[in-house]
Amino acid sequence: MLHLEDFSLVDSITVIPLLAELLFFCIVTSKRCLRRSQKLEWVCLLFPCAAGVVKAEDFSLPAYVNRRDVPLPEVAFVKDLSAQQKALKEKEKASWTALSVDEKVELYRIKFNESYAEMNRGSNEWKTVLGGVLFFLGVTGLILIWQKHYMYGPIPHTFSDEWLSMQTKRMLDMRINPVEGISSQWDYEKNEWKK
Amino acid sequence: MSSALLPKPQMRRLLARRMKFHLFGAFLLSVGCAALYKFGVADPRKRAYAEFYKNYDPMKDFEAMRAAGVFESAPPK
Repeated sequence: MLHLEDFSLVDSITVIPLLAELLFFCIVTSKRCLRRSQKLEWVCLLFPCAAGVVKAEDFSLPAYVNRRDVPLPEVAFVKDLSAQQKALKEKEKASWTALSVDEKVELYRIKFNESYAEMNRGSNEWKTVLGGVLFFLGVTGLILIWQKHYMYGPIPHTFSDEWLSMQTKRMLDMRINPVEGISSQWDYEKNEWKK
Repeated sequence: MSSALLPKPQMRRLLARRMKFHLFGAFLLSVGCAALYKFGVADPRKRAYAEFYKNYDPMKDFEAMRAAGVFESAPPK
């Protein structure tokens, strides 16, 4: 059974690239959340990436969210309308067939930050992630090579070729796994492996 | 913005369509996996065991193992 004291301090070197990778992904994920917000607020790391400036008292009010599973957020995206936008909102109260296409788009942009197509757009983040993963796996590999060369002692004598052949011969003599396993691959008449 | 109208997308029975597709697929996949396992693993294994024990002589096997010297309580003659 493996106990805590069996792990030497030197073995913990292997953990360093894993911790480094964890740190890397925390940075990448937080950078992604910050990029989505318009202002560098710490709140944007906690809430599901709500857009817009959030003042202290707005915390208690419903916020706008850009989420696939919330098709109609509680508030519109643009809170403070310009005079032109206010006029457009008045025009919206009349018949909608009177609105031009550009006015309809403007009304949409007042209400929503991104369209579903814009919201769901893919990014190239997966390349960064994959590259980071492979890079840190490579670093771990280098550390393991260094460890094997400079740190670890010799392997037990039971791994030598002579011992292994004696071991295999004994397994065949004992008819280990004769139906589908190792002894089924040995030709006992010709004293060699089956072709 | 294009002046031509886009074709009207499907508005109703979206879940039903998705469910039908996935139920069909899940059924095929699970039956396929089971059939593959049966014909790839289970049946060959049963055949291998049947073949092995068809003409198996345990005493002959025992004498061969004894001659090789693996038994402590039954040394080679």
